Amino acid sequence: MIETVTSIALPADETLFIRRHRIEPEKKSGSEKRISIVTGIHGDELEGQYVCCELARRIMQKRENLRGIVDIYPALNPLGIDSITRGIPAFDLDMNRLFPGCQDGNMTEYLASRVVQALAGSAVVLDIHASNIFLTEIPQIRVNELHERELVPLAKETGVDFIWVHGANTVLESTLAYSLNSTGTPTLVVEMGVGMRITKSYGEQLVDGILHLMNRLGLWEGETAAVRRPIISKDPDDVVYLNAATGGIFVPDVKHWECLHKGEKIGQIIDPLTGTVLNEVIAPVDGILFTIREYPVVDEGSLIGRLLCKKACGDRWEEK
Amino acid sequence: MKKVIIYEIKGLYRDHFRVTGYEFGEGKEAVCIVGSMRGNEVQQLYCCARIVRKLKQMEEAGKLAAGYKILVIPCVNPYSVNTQKRFWPVDNTDINRMFPGYRLGETTQRIADGVFQVISKYRFGIQFTSFYMPGEFMPHVRMMSTGFEDQELAKQFGMPYVVLRQVRPYDTTTLNYNWQIWETQAFSMYTTVTTRVDKKSAGEAIRGILTFLNKQGILDYHGHDGYHSCVVRDVDMVSVRTGKAGLFDPLVEVGAEVEQGQVLARILDAYEGEVMEELRAPVDGIVFFMHGEPLTYSNTAVFKLVVREE
Repeated sequence: MIETVTSIALPADETLFIRRHRIEPEKKSGSEKRISIVTGIHGDELEGQYVCCELARRIMQKRENLRGIVDIYPALNPLGIDSITRGIPAFDLDMNRLFPGCQDGNMTEYLASRVVQALAGSAVVLDIHASNIFLTEIPQIRVNELHERELVPLAKETGVDFIWVHGANTVLESTLAYSLNSTGTPTLVVEMGVGMRITKSYGEQLVDGILHLMNRLGLWEGETAAVRRPIISKDPDDVVYLNAATGGIFVPDVKHWECLHKGEKIGQIIDPLTGTVLNEVIAPVDGILFTIREYPVVDEGSLIGRLLCKKACGDRWEEK
Repeated sequence: MKKVIIYEIKGLYRDHFRVTGYEFGEGKEAVCIVGSMRGNEVQQLYCCARIVRKLKQMEEAGKLAAGYKILVIPCVNPYSVNTQKRFWPVDNTDINRMFPGYRLGETTQRIADGVFQVISKYRFGIQFTSFYMPGEFMPHVRMMSTGFEDQELAKQFGMPYVVLRQVRPYDTTTLNYNWQIWETQAFSMYTTVTTRVDKKSAGEAIRGILTFLNKQGILDYHGHDGYHSCVVRDVDMVSVRTGKAGLFDPLVEVGAEVEQGQVLARILDAYEGEVMEELRAPVDGIVFFMHGEPLTYSNTAVFKLVVREE
């Protein structure tokens, strides 16, 4: 059933809708748990679009296995998705800095509050992001250390490759995940792929994982695909950031999710005007490259990648 | 006057990115004035340009007190000004959400760090800033309620209002907030507009800053002392919100005294011109903020009123 969670009139003959697809078991007991899949808070992150569609398709195909309610919200920021805009167009605001919103607030705050209201009480929420247009990420879940105890056990069932427990940050208190987690609705933030693109294999991996998680929570019966055992990092020193030493054009030499040794070349920053190499980007430690820059233009300081140190990789480290 | 480069990074196809400052006087770092940090903050740039010119004249006339240094940075983000983008051209990040910055971080974190390393040494910090919603304000000085703010000091600008802003999580990375945390007395100066020049309110803000510096003994300025500032908390202002989306037709101006029940604006149907809604003042008040676009969404706070007390 397609439901309208909230709507609001726009100035010129249009209504903004936030909609969800609610899938319920064929026979309801009235006490079903609910899982909510949300994406599209950032209008330029599209990886979740495939996940929403594929999850719905697989569930509808074997609906007899469904034991709980599945709510799929493919577009929390429909104007952003339609206009290739990360934030909310016209306001130039990051929607993920508006939560929990305010019922009596402006349009953006009002929409945020209605979304929170609709999601509250879910057994688990997955908020699917796709990094941004600059970086590609391996499928991972990011967990605020404040909610580690509740979330890591759930995250381990989702089939992602990496769970990154990060420090608390005041600014992140305005995110959807923080708002829900701090009021008792467990919410996992998935980051995978890259902005403005769909990586089908990551989508398939996550759909397998969501069905597995649903199975563990008693929302889905029947066989589910085996899920990967994720690397879990809790130590901030596990992650090394690679920032551009100079502005230029970044050309990578390695692939994403590659095991690199200290001193190995990751890529070059070049100057097409002079035909010179401005900087060689070198791995400063042994580690797995779990983030790599996709968009070639860099300023000094632009993030080129992130390495997860070898010591944190456990048996996911593979010698070449 | 000494022109200094506060921070610089090399551009690929563009000229180097430079944050340029103007120093007046020598001695203790007394006051730092920062202008445009976003590419559309033209009024903020204009105000600083006028201050640079005025301070240059005053320095030449021997009107700066000995032992103090004043730094004016007209623009922290010339790359965005020159491309007419509000935020950083490549990644659309806001430098004013990156403080105190990080030397090894991403580009705008590095810019924030490079600038903050210099300006956090100053005793007083004044930033010409803008609001995220398009609109016009009563000129005022704004401070965040961090526990370090000093209202009496803020009154010395002689602006009509001093506004105390309740800190929200996303404020903690702004320049104003971090200045205060690092023990600079920080003030945000709001004039009426952002994307165009308004000479009258610019003049009022400049007069306010010169008056403030005179009262601190930093320069010798004898202009109009300004107003006995009214101190208001942002949470005490009364918002008037639209119930409908459409064409916004205001019937009052910023600064107007309005009475409870008075029609402040009408919302017109964007296709048929019919009046869909009349927005009335819920209290006797003064129009402190007014929406500045011809169209409005619903649920939008198109007016903020300061309550008039008998």
